[in-house]
Amino acid sequence: MIYKLSISCSKDNLAKVRTFVEDALLQNQVGELDIHKLVLAVDEVCANLIIHSNHCDKRHRIEIQVNMEPQQVIFSIKDRGIFFDFAAYQEPSMEEVVSSKRKGGVGLMLVKRIMDKIEFATEKNYNICRLTKKFNS
Amino acid sequence: MVNIQIQNDPAFDLLSVSGEIDASSSIELDDAIISAVATPTTKLIVDLSGLDYISSAGLGVFISHLEDIQQKGKRLVLFGLKEKVFEVFRILGLEQIITIVHSKEDAIQI
Repeated sequence: MIYKLSISCSKDNLAKVRTFVEDALLQNQVGELDIHKLVLAVDEVCANLIIHSNHCDKRHRIEIQVNMEPQQVIFSIKDRGIFFDFAAYQEPSMEEVVSSKRKGGVGLMLVKRIMDKIEFATEKNYNICRLTKKFNS
Repeated sequence: MVNIQIQNDPAFDLLSVSGEIDASSSIELDDAIISAVATPTTKLIVDLSGLDYISSAGLGVFISHLEDIQQKGKRLVLFGLKEKVFEVFRILGLEQIITIVHSKEDAIQI
């Protein structure tokens, strides 16, 4: 089963993303706690793309696709903003985050701990982030 | 949408947070904590029993104030977290560096 949503790059649309992902997972009998974590992971990626890659420019759009498969779910999140170089991302320690007093920096930490696989790529004229979660992991 | 109520007691400040905290609403939590940290009490208690969702933006607000709260001789105590909200703190190990208890009574007594 495939579900699709397209939103403009506004933080106000994050609630719409969460409802969309939750509804897709609910239709496929995913457990409540797992749904909460998967919704969070997609929310984090979309928030990063809206804020950092697209500077909250409402003329830009993000497309989210949920592929429900028997053993796993794959979230594909496309945008045309600034490409995020995941290969160069170095996760800070929690001590570093606390001492820096900055408010950001833990979103990708959450995504890495929730998902089984994270891929960022550029395909044709858009960026794509693929998040994979196996149901028995 | 998030709703935050502030109650100033002589012994502590109580923030009651309900709804959802994400990248669009975390600024409201930040403003409330800044306000509470500035009071002369020694404890900041946060009631999260009405909170249904918190993203990294909300966690980041708590994390960003930890050092200032400590430097002011205050203690931050959260209580009433639903399992799904507590799980988000637990994923990052934040329950190790932020005091989280079950009830308001526990939060006051600790």
